[in-house]
Amino acid sequence: MAIDIDVERRFGASVIGAQFTAEAGLTALFGPSGVGKTSLLNMVAGLLRPDRGHIRIGGRTLFDDATDLPPEARRVGYVFQDGRLFPHRRVKANLLYGWRLADPANRWMTLDEAADFLGIGHLLGRWPQSLSGGEAQRVAIGRALLAAPQILLMDEPLSSLDAARRGDIMTVIERIRDELKVPILYVSHDRAEVDRLATQIVEVGK
Amino acid sequence: MLSAEEWGIVALSLKVGGVAVLATLPLAFALAWVLARYRFPGRLLLDALVHLPLVLPPVVTGWLLLVAFGPLGPIGSRLQDWLGVTLMFRWTGAALAAAIMALPLMVRAMRLSIEGIDRRLEGAARTLGAGRWHAFRTVSLPLALPGVLAALVLGFARSIGEFGATITFVSNIPGETQTLPLAIYSALQVPGAEAMVTRLALLSVALSLGALILSEWLVRRTHAERARHGD
Repeated sequence: MAIDIDVERRFGASVIGAQFTAEAGLTALFGPSGVGKTSLLNMVAGLLRPDRGHIRIGGRTLFDDATDLPPEARRVGYVFQDGRLFPHRRVKANLLYGWRLADPANRWMTLDEAADFLGIGHLLGRWPQSLSGGEAQRVAIGRALLAAPQILLMDEPLSSLDAARRGDIMTVIERIRDELKVPILYVSHDRAEVDRLATQIVEVGK
Repeated sequence: MLSAEEWGIVALSLKVGGVAVLATLPLAFALAWVLARYRFPGRLLLDALVHLPLVLPPVVTGWLLLVAFGPLGPIGSRLQDWLGVTLMFRWTGAALAAAIMALPLMVRAMRLSIEGIDRRLEGAARTLGAGRWHAFRTVSLPLALPGVLAALVLGFARSIGEFGATITFVSNIPGETQTLPLAIYSALQVPGAEAMVTRLALLSVALSLGALILSEWLVRRTHAERARHGD
């Protein structure tokens, strides 16, 4: 699955942009805080419009001069830094939110498989507010996977976790990379994290 | 406890208040949404217009309704000609007056609630495959719901308390436009009706107090929910 990204967007006096190609595996967008790594993910997800450039994933054009797919048509799973679970829905309804909206032909995981894979079967009846940081991040990952994405975007998914939980979630991310073989764009400013997880590193903001 | 006549007054008040609030709800929600979410030229003016009935003397609001919806008014004459509908001196006119007086309170309550929604949740819904409308229906609207309920309760309480605009626009006709406050006013003019005044006044206090407590509880529930997920 080839990823071909070349985007640019101006924010006041500064320009946020990146140009890279990547293959399947985990591509880390690495760089210090404040260089616009999250904005890059938002552009890929369709939440932020680049001024120019193109975004192509596995032969599909998500954005170029002639195309600008809305977020819901991009098949991009997004795991946010803060989980961003729906507070008015239980864990199970959060997990199924994107699954229900996905074209059945595109689905590649069931609720049971996701719950097994992430070890969250016992949390299905809980409210998001009652989850620990690590649990919430697992549910957020499950929710993104169940929406049948072609690619997963992860925005510093470990930053709100303590050291013990970080190790757990890193193992989950490695298994997504190696067992599920979902390509991942991974934003981080932590060298050790990137060295352990990444199959390719793109330096941003240099 | 209440006489048949008094029950009739209460029933009319509930009907006027209920119709006023339910009919205004979609417009009030749209106004609250636009004021909470968009920046555009004229926003300040729109905000001021929405709030106008709150500060204008109610008799002026009533007179403006009379001018606009009277048989010769620009809206009233058309309603009469095209639909055969008259609002003046009818309970529907009382509902219209109540609706206009309730609008600012309803918009305020819903706007607060809409401004409290974490918009990033809507972005999350979009990346999960929800179109704009689906994200609105399944995320924004449920999260705004406590504000909508508070607006309904507050608007309803305001509606059944409406006096000035109502008596100016649709007069004080027993059985047609004589709601609770108008009946109290009439009873005050009649010697020996003190007991009726007391009963209706206590009823008003109970209805208003109940509505305020209910709406405050609904608003607090939203804040508590927000605090729980650290916002």
